[in-house]
Amino acid sequence: MFDLALLIQGLPLLLAGLWNTIWLSACGLALGFLIGIGVCSLKLSERGALRRLGGAYISVFRGIPLLIQLLFIYYLLPRLGLDVPAWVAAIAGLALCSGAYLAEILRGGLLTLPAGQVEAARLLGLSGRTILTRIELPQALRATLPALLNEVILLIKASSLISAVGLAELTRTAQNLAASSFLQLQFYLAAAVLYCVVNISLALLAGRLERRFAKGRA
Amino acid sequence: MNQSTAKRSAGDVMLEARGMSKRFGEHTVLQDINLSIQRSEVVCLIGPSGSGKSTLLRSLAFLENYDDGEVFVEGELLGYDRARDGRRVRSRPSRLSDVRRNMGMVFQQFNLWPHLSVVENVMEALLRVRGMKSADARRLALTTLEKVGLAEKADAWPNRLSGGQQQRVAIARSLAMSPAIMLFDEPTSALDPELVGEVLQVMRQLAEEGMTMVVVTHEMGFAAKVADRVLFLDQGHIVEQGPPTRLFRHPQSPRLAQFLGNYLERNTLFEAAPAPNHVDD
Repeated sequence: MFDLALLIQGLPLLLAGLWNTIWLSACGLALGFLIGIGVCSLKLSERGALRRLGGAYISVFRGIPLLIQLLFIYYLLPRLGLDVPAWVAAIAGLALCSGAYLAEILRGGLLTLPAGQVEAARLLGLSGRTILTRIELPQALRATLPALLNEVILLIKASSLISAVGLAELTRTAQNLAASSFLQLQFYLAAAVLYCVVNISLALLAGRLERRFAKGRA
Repeated sequence: MNQSTAKRSAGDVMLEARGMSKRFGEHTVLQDINLSIQRSEVVCLIGPSGSGKSTLLRSLAFLENYDDGEVFVEGELLGYDRARDGRRVRSRPSRLSDVRRNMGMVFQQFNLWPHLSVVENVMEALLRVRGMKSADARRLALTTLEKVGLAEKADAWPNRLSGGQQQRVAIARSLAMSPAIMLFDEPTSALDPELVGEVLQVMRQLAEEGMTMVVVTHEMGFAAKVADRVLFLDQGHIVEQGPPTRLFRHPQSPRLAQFLGNYLERNTLFEAAPAPNHVDD
């Protein structure tokens, strides 16, 4: 059931798969974060049309399973004449989907801020963008750190779905190794451990951040 | 001589409201407000809660958009631009900021930014609006904090300070931008009674230095001693206005007399009944 030699032999492949999982998720999340800020701003806009646009985005990209989104993007892009590699489709899918969730998390964080903080900033002449990036977002991020961490971990795990567009990320690599060696438990366990290492590291990092942020609060 | 005096006083109107009205839905909260505030004048707005005094102050800063009439800040129309067809449109945010550039405001809830230290709170606008270098901004921020007696708290977090200290930081944050007009929206109403004095002291000092101030307050003692003019608001109207001695000693309207009576009664529960003209901190 376990074979150390085969595990060591498969390890470079597993680590390569892990690396794909990490960088594709990281890029997807980074872009998703920007999308999230944008969509969140739309939903908090004073204009009804913009609010509805933000709401529609969230409904669509939160409502459709990530797997369907990935496949749709993967097959849609060539039809639009965009001959892009699979990883572009993967990152686009992860970003569009996580953007919808992150937008709602950030909106929740922004709504907890007293309106007076923004009024004070406006009276001092700070521009809307400065208020967002210097006053609102830093506080919203601190307030929503646990929820953001949840979303990051969920997305890293959901990134196993990008194997559907032909990328050998961690889960797919483990599947391949399991199938070729018939050591299913060994390689799925190895993949499970690697996912855990990444996600627990992230949780520890977030915990440290949280304690650092907490210093300023009475 | 007369002409030059007239000219100077006309140029010295810092803040003016003409026929300004404000509605929340069906409810009219401000009705035909006319108000002109001169340079260095200290005007206190008093009145029962719900009288519209905070809404009036917020409208003078365009934190509330007034519906009718006009507000001018140093001669410039606040919050609206005239469109070509003569109607008016909401100003763009950058234009609004420009008209308000010489206006500072202090709020009941302080509204400091809790993720920034005290000195960073004061520096933020210097850095991002004035475009000052960090070292220069810090120096000016520290000088301003010293003015409100809080230089030693520069690197503290706002939430570690008492309410009175937080409000003084908020005043310093406004002052650092060297405003010509300062608006105060019930600056001591959220404070424990023993912390009120330190904030009023800073405000009194500002008044003595010639700052133009509009203050919504329940501190009748402050209004009596520091204000050049007191406005009594009730149900969205300026019912009565004038120098504090006249308003407090000889209220003309029954509403003001009743309001002052309630105030004196509440504040002298355990003292011998004072003469109506005895108004103190």
